[in-house]
Order: sequence, then C-alpha cells, then structure tokens
Amino acid sequence: MIDFELSPEIARNRDMIHMLAESQMRPLSREYDEREHEKPMEFFEMMWNASKMSPVEFGGGRSAKKDGPSTRSLGSAVTIEELSWGDAGLYLSIPNPGLGGAAVMAAGTPEQKERFLARFKNGAPKWGAMAITEPGCGSDSAAITTTAVRDGDHWVLNGTKIFVTSGWMAVEKSEGFVVVWATVDKSAGRAGIKAFAVDHHTPGMTVAGLEKKMGIRASDTATIVFEDCRIPLGNILGSPEVKKTTEGFKGVMATFDNTRPIVAASALGIGRAALDYTRETLEKAGVKIRYGAPAHKLTTLERDFMDMEANLQAARLLTWRACWMMDQGLHNNLEASMCKAKAGLAVTQVTQKAVELLGPLGYSRKILLEKWMRDAKINDIFEGTQQINLLIIARRILGYSSKELS
Amino acid sequence: MVSFQPSEEQQLIRDTVASFAAEQIRPAAHEADEDGAIPGTLIQQGWELGLVQSTIPEAHGGAGEAISAVTGVLVAEELAWGDLSIALHLLAPRLLLYPVILAGTPEVQQRILPAFGGNEFRAATAAVMEPRFGFDLAELATTAQRKNGTFMLNGSKCLVPLAGGAEHILTFARNEDGTVSGFIVDKGAAGITRIEREKNMGLKALETDEVDLNQCAVPAANRIACDFPALMNRSRVALAAMAVGVARAAFEYARDYAKERKAFGVAIAQKQAIAFMLAEMATEIDATRLLTWEAAWKIDRGDDATREAVLAKHYADNMAMKVTDNAVQVLGGHGYIREHPVELWTRNARGFATFEGLAIV
Repeated sequence: MIDFELSPEIARNRDMIHMLAESQMRPLSREYDEREHEKPMEFFEMMWNASKMSPVEFGGGRSAKKDGPSTRSLGSAVTIEELSWGDAGLYLSIPNPGLGGAAVMAAGTPEQKERFLARFKNGAPKWGAMAITEPGCGSDSAAITTTAVRDGDHWVLNGTKIFVTSGWMAVEKSEGFVVVWATVDKSAGRAGIKAFAVDHHTPGMTVAGLEKKMGIRASDTATIVFEDCRIPLGNILGSPEVKKTTEGFKGVMATFDNTRPIVAASALGIGRAALDYTRETLEKAGVKIRYGAPAHKLTTLERDFMDMEANLQAARLLTWRACWMMDQGLHNNLEASMCKAKAGLAVTQVTQKAVELLGPLGYSRKILLEKWMRDAKINDIFEGTQQINLLIIARRILGYSSKELS
Repeated sequence: MVSFQPSEEQQLIRDTVASFAAEQIRPAAHEADEDGAIPGTLIQQGWELGLVQSTIPEAHGGAGEAISAVTGVLVAEELAWGDLSIALHLLAPRLLLYPVILAGTPEVQQRILPAFGGNEFRAATAAVMEPRFGFDLAELATTAQRKNGTFMLNGSKCLVPLAGGAEHILTFARNEDGTVSGFIVDKGAAGITRIEREKNMGLKALETDEVDLNQCAVPAANRIACDFPALMNRSRVALAAMAVGVARAAFEYARDYAKERKAFGVAIAQKQAIAFMLAEMATEIDATRLLTWEAAWKIDRGDDATREAVLAKHYADNMAMKVTDNAVQVLGGHGYIREHPVELWTRNARGFATFEGLAIV
C-alpha cells in the first residue's frame, strides 16, 4: 500500500533529533565554520554518549536480506536529515564508525566486525574513516596506485590518500581505524583493488595535512601517507585472491548503494535549513506564497520558492524510496544513484537560490544561509560526483557495462 | 509506514491498463492525431475496462468501489503513456461522475448515475477553463445567478472535452457569494451553444470545444455544491500523473532509439552527452511520479492537499516539457518528423502547464 507516513517510532526520533540539532548544533555552527580544524569536544562527548544509548546508523543500515524487512535505512535517513539541518559539518564530524564502518559491515568477517566495530560501544569517542581518493585519481577508483604487498604475516601499504573525511580523528586523535583501498596486483586492474582496515597509530601511517575547504569546515579532511605501513594479514576485507572477474571490486562498490542515500539525506537537511529560513524571512516580511494562483499572478519570488520546495521534496522522495528498497532487501543500485545525483544537485540549486532571494542578508556571514550554500556543494561531489552517478544511472537504464559506456 | 508498493489490487488494475495502453491505445495514437478522431471501437474497448463505471455506488447500478486518487494516478499514468488524447477521452465521463458521487444529493445521483452503468461508452464532461488571458480558478468569470428556482449561467468556456456529444456538461460557475459550484447542464438545454471544435497545438485526436452560456437556465436541483478547490486538486494530480505517462513514453522511445542509432562507430547512447540526458530524464520522471503519488495519498487521507497537488503539477508541467523536448533532441532530425511519435508527445506535453480540470482522480 503506497504510504508516505513515517512510523511513529521514526517520527518520534526525528522530533527528538530535531530538538538536539536546534539546541546543540546550531549555536556551534558559525564558530566551528570559522575555527577550522578545531573540535567541539564537549559536543562530541555528548553525541558519543547519546549514540551508545540509541545507536544511529551513520553509515547506512544493513541490507534486509538476512534480517527481513526493516525500517533501519529510512530511519537513518530521517535522522541524518535532522542532524544536517542542524549543521552538516558537525554532523560529518560526530564520532562514529563512518564509511569505514560501513565497509566493515558490508565486507568484513564476524571476527573483523568484532575487532573494528565493538570499540564504538564503549570508552572515549572514536572515529572510523574511508580512504579511497588519491592525488591522481578520484572517481576512477580502479586507477588506485597505493599498493599492498604481502610480506610474511603482514600486508605492507605504500601510497598517499587524500580527502579522507575524519581521517585525522580516526587515526591520530582517537582509537579508531581507517579502511584503505589499495591494489595487490596493478596488472589486474579493478580485480586487484582490495580494502584494508588499518588501526589507529599504526607505524608507517601519518596524517600529512588537513584541507582548507569551501564548506563543511567543522569536518576534517585529511591527507594520509603510508610508508611501509605493516598491518596484519587478517585486516583485508574480503578475499585476498585476485580473480579474473571483478566480483570483489563490485562488492566494495556495493557499499555505495547503502551510503549514497545517506549522503542524499544529509543534503536534504541542508536544503531544508535554507528553505525554512527563507520561508520564515518571507513570512516576517509579509510575503505569502499563493499555491494555486495562475502564472500571470505569481511573482518571480513565489515561483522560485515553489520550485525550491518541489525540487527538494522530489529529492527527498527519491531518497526515501532508495532507503525503503534497501530496507526491503531489494537491489537499489539504480535508485541509490538517482537519489544521490538528484539530492546533490537540488541542494546546490536550492541554497544558491536562497542566497539570491535574500539579497545582501543572504550574502552576509551574520546569518547561516551563506554557510549552508558553501556546505551544500560537497553533496554534489563526494560519495560519487553528480556525473559519476549519472553514469551509473545511464548504464543501468541502458543495460550497458562499464566497457560499453565509459 | 512508508511504502512505495501499490496494493495487489492496484497493481492488478495498473497491469491491466498498461497492457491495454500498449496493445490498443499506442498503435492507434498516430492515426488518431493525424485524423483528429479516435476510433469508436477503441473507446468502447476502453469503456469495457470499467474504469469509469466501477465507482458508481451499488445502489445506482455500479460496482461501488471507493474513489481512490492513488489508484487514479496509477491508471492515469498508464493511459497517458499510451496516448494523452485517448486517455482524456476515455476518462472524460469521470469529470461529471466523480463530483456527483462525491457531493451530489441522492436525487441527483439517482437521476444521473444509473445511465452510466451500462455497457456502452456514454459521454459526459465538465467545463472549467475560460478562453481569456488571466484565467484564474479562484476567479471564474462564468456566473450563476439564482432566479425563480433556477440558476442562470452566463459566460464562456474552453477546452471542454467531448462537449459536442456529452449527455451532461458539469459547468463550473461563480455563485453570487463568490464560491464556485458545478451546474449540470443537460444535453439540448437552452442557452448553451457549442461554438466550435477547437484546433490546438496538441490533443488533436481529442474533441475539445469552446462553449458559450447565455442566460442558460439550470434547475436548482442540478447544482452540485462541491468543494471546488479540493476538486481542482484532484484534477492537478490527475494531470500530473498523465504528464509522467507522456514523459515516460518519450523517454523510452528515445532510449531505445539511442541504442539502435549508430554514429562514429558506436551507438549514440554510448556517448555521455546522450547517456546523461537519458539518465536525467529517467531520474526526473521517477521523482515526479513520487510527488504525484504523495499528493494523491494526501487526497485519499482527506487532508488539504493544495500545496502538494500544486507543486506536483507545476513540477510535472516543466518536467514533461523538458523530457519530451530532450526526446526530440536525442532523435535529432528524425525527432522532428511526424513519422516518429516524439514530436506528438512534445506538442501534447506543452498543454499541461495550461490545462486545469481536464481530468480527475
């Protein structure tokens, strides 16, 4: 039965998180946008303690195939929209297993899950991270040059990773871990790419720098260098075997089907923050949006506002659908890319338009709108750029392999 | 609980209508557009699907199914995927029947409904739009004045489907207190004149008419005191779903063409310039369908769905225009030739931004 009503449990949780976002995150927004690379430790402690009480799936829920239908993924999306409504940079920096955790959940053995994920249940705040991008390759993750060479009981990693979200917190500032993508056989192309979990403070791994960014400045983006970094053999996620097929690589890529709707949900939160602020400002100024008025009576402002609303809601429903499919155990590769491509673009357009509509007020750093516009853009880029997601959508709707459509 | 899965019954109806659209409607669409006429046998076959009669209450000879906007949008998308003109023709009797079922007095229901439960297509329609710049649903220029137990209707209407042969035209007019009611004008009533069959950019297969009302006297019992704004939300959602159907037709045709057509040694779909257009088209079609479902769902809950319906229709108007235009673009010069249906879909798609009240769920 087609239904758009959130379950009472998800709705209650949303309301609770909304209060938290408003009372705890908004007051920190501007400060940690300007004090880049400094950390709101008190806020982290609070979130860490709260998440131990009711764990939030920051990296997306688990596939429903084993557990039967659930609402985990949709619940996560709704929660993350609220946190990002509060502040997307702070949301991204909250101590949690992150994308590294999602990779371990998706491809790890029970032993690996215990070793890398149990730590998030107790002790001091910790972070997990994922290191894929390199200075010479981004979207083309099959072109990875970081190497993993077997040496007795160890893998030896060498290479440089950039744009690692929370990488600094994961490997130097807490007892976390990072999942690193590296090739075990350069000649094998995609089939040679494997993921390795690397524990915090492992010798040979150093944070070489932090990026200065346009937005989401509360979240650190690290460069991590691996120089003869030795990790146990058992830290490889999935099989070490290099098969002729690209199954292993596809397995790692499948993580994105879980995480893309979550990124889309974060985008929705930023967009809604901008939309809410614009609506309130218009209301205070006595501007009313006349839904249903004919074209010749609508002002440009009314039209723009309605476009923003519809655009954002379209992205939200695509996101909910991708989550719902995951919760039902349905294959959602196409739908995950659709919602990510749509939400990343929609939130970029919505926030840019909001700044335009509010004029000098929107452009001023006295209010948060300009920050939301800067924060929004990352959603059009990370976790697969808009164009990479369009490429995936195109392959799916056309029935093409990556060779046929590159 | 959020779900994107139609009920089993809805899925069954959707599948039935989709087959009919593929096997009967689509093959007839091109000729109907060229001829300006839809074959009577096709209309009769469409009638036999029971899409109109099923919601007539059992007491009046129907199947007594509840009117569901969600089921309505599923059906509307599939029919319009076949052809917009034929879809609007088949569903035109709903324009009268739904308001009568939703808001008519028992007497009116008894007088009107039983005749529509038969085995043959019976034309009926509604007159909403008016032929002038500045048409506004909130300020209809057609008026109804109470006079000696009747209502005198005065004004002009346009884009009235099937006005020529309709048994009844539900004419919407402004009451003296500013509210809007529907008035059932029976076939052959004095004071109503069908000016001419319209010649429009699209919808060429569908008979739409311009109609004049000059001191047209309607018995007081023929007034349907409906919630006009709520009715227009049902229309917006129906038209938005049809826009999705037209856009989907164009997208699928362009997608298949792009896989066949070779340029520079590969299928043009293998070029990102084309592939990305198709990817965006597919995404926007899905997005619009979900907006439409949400608005329909809200209507079925009995909530005020004005905002959702307006946004869904507005979004759908733009989406259908863009997607059908892109489909012509993918086909290039061939897209401009009437042998291919994409130019027909583009002409039909342009109408949505102007249409109000041409369909209902």
